[in-house]
Amino acid sequence: MEDFIVAAVKTVIAFALLFTVVLILVWAERRIVAFMQNRLGPTRAGPLGILQTLADGLKLIFKESMTPDRVEVWLYLAAPIMALVPALLIFLVVPIGAPITIGGTEYTLQVTDLNVGVLYVLAMSSMAVYAIALAGWSSGSKYPLIGSVRSAAQMISYEAAMGLALVPVIMFNGTTSLAGIVEAQGATYFGFLPAWNIVLLPSFVVFVIAMFAETNRAPFDLVEAEQEIVGGFHTEYSGFRFALFFLAEYINLFNMSALTVVFFFGGWQGPVFGPTVVQWILPVIYFFAKTFAIVFLFIWVRGTLPRLRYDQLMSFGWKRLIPVSLAWIILAMIAVGIRRFGLPWA
Amino acid sequence: MSWFADLLGPWRGFTVTWRQMFKPKLTTRYPKEKRVKPQRFHGRHALNRYPDGMEKCIGCELCASVCPARCIYVRGEDNPPDDPVSPGERFGFVYEINMLRCIFCGMCVEACPTEAITMTHLFEMSVSDRQEGIFTKDVLLVEPDGTPNHPLPDTPLIDIKELRLGDGWLRATSPSGRAEFEGVEAWSPSARMGGLAPAEPAQEARGESQESRVKSQEARTKSQEPRTKNQEPRGDGEEGTDD
Repeated sequence: MEDFIVAAVKTVIAFALLFTVVLILVWAERRIVAFMQNRLGPTRAGPLGILQTLADGLKLIFKESMTPDRVEVWLYLAAPIMALVPALLIFLVVPIGAPITIGGTEYTLQVTDLNVGVLYVLAMSSMAVYAIALAGWSSGSKYPLIGSVRSAAQMISYEAAMGLALVPVIMFNGTTSLAGIVEAQGATYFGFLPAWNIVLLPSFVVFVIAMFAETNRAPFDLVEAEQEIVGGFHTEYSGFRFALFFLAEYINLFNMSALTVVFFFGGWQGPVFGPTVVQWILPVIYFFAKTFAIVFLFIWVRGTLPRLRYDQLMSFGWKRLIPVSLAWIILAMIAVGIRRFGLPWA
Repeated sequence: MSWFADLLGPWRGFTVTWRQMFKPKLTTRYPKEKRVKPQRFHGRHALNRYPDGMEKCIGCELCASVCPARCIYVRGEDNPPDDPVSPGERFGFVYEINMLRCIFCGMCVEACPTEAITMTHLFEMSVSDRQEGIFTKDVLLVEPDGTPNHPLPDTPLIDIKELRLGDGWLRATSPSGRAEFEGVEAWSPSARMGGLAPAEPAQEARGESQESRVKSQEARTKSQEPRTKNQEPRGDGEEGTDD
């Protein structure tokens, strides 16, 4: 019973955290992209416009949710929920801080520590593609259909590379649990360099590129290319259903940044000192600081790079990323083998 | 090392966006801040008066006939002999401008022989129905002290200060129809508070002969030529260093 209560409280906190983060994220993205374009962005709602997302969300709730004539009603209504649920579920396995001990009981700062965390994360992020594909197909009009076909093709070009990019990380840390991966990065080289997985640089590069494709962000936002296909899969959505898609997209953006931090930047690891409470809080601050740095990378890329053409995306995925990650897996395999068993001739 | 530069090429785009983040922003936060408008801004019209309070409009309908949008309606009437409204024979009895049609080209201002109609710097003229879009004489005509009139109270969105700014209309020749200004460019702003703009000195008063004036004009155009040639569009120098 106590476990159940703890899990429920953690889940509620995790979801509340996600929604709060999304409010900040959308605002931050609009402000930063605006600054890169010599504009100011939203400034009117709240101090520095920080309540702009809240205002937009409230507006969308009160808007009429249209259901066009030719939609497949059940799929059409289910798709926004299918987009949101996996996005929320991914975050449940992300450790946002060091485990804390209260009254002799240890509480981990993640809702649950799955021992197959990496597989779970990959599975859930693939689930989001179903929502997009079904939303586009059930809308019953051509632009959403093009968008959903694109999302399916994009998925098969990048999912493989993304999974392969994580194989060296798993080999290196010897675990697929996210908490375990973070723990394994706690050591230091030469006493001061943090032993983060960023040393697996090719993995990191491939993962970040695949991450952009996975979250449908610029320069791989072909699925919702406003200029070509009028918003793609969400063309026929309005009101709160539209808001759900956007919520899911930004939660995914945050999740993917958090996962990058967990896999490559040591999660919540960092120098910890001071009284116990500070020792609890500092890792959380490190985690969020690192995550928002990756989020900034997302926004920076969006402000800089133009959208890739469709065939460029696919050939890049299949002809570059997958061979590179395969070659890197073999190299990493050799390196890990040498580290464990020594040189073959020694 | 050109291959190295090629490799870095895609990344240099990121430095551009990074640098732009810290540059001053171009946005003017409009209702809070207002830009200073160009002196010859074409804003809402005003019907002016002479300093003694007489209306300048003589009801000649030249503005209405020159208007390309056909948005001006004027009906002149004979001045009552005992209480004349304008110094001329007739005055503008009805004067209406349909602001929904007006294209703010300023042809009426150019056509007006008495500088009765000029433009101000006010551009906030939103109305809540089409009838209100027709500005009648009681809106357009300035107050007896020369203050432009506005039907609504002074709020941040209806900036009556803008109305008080004369438009500084540039006349190619002969402001006020005075012969001594032939060929002389002169600023002739609309009546502000208190009436007429200070008169430009006539050419004799400036001690210039016809020849010297022509010479000085030639010198002016010559000195201007190289400047216009070397003029570069703004921001080009900045971009040039990037590439």
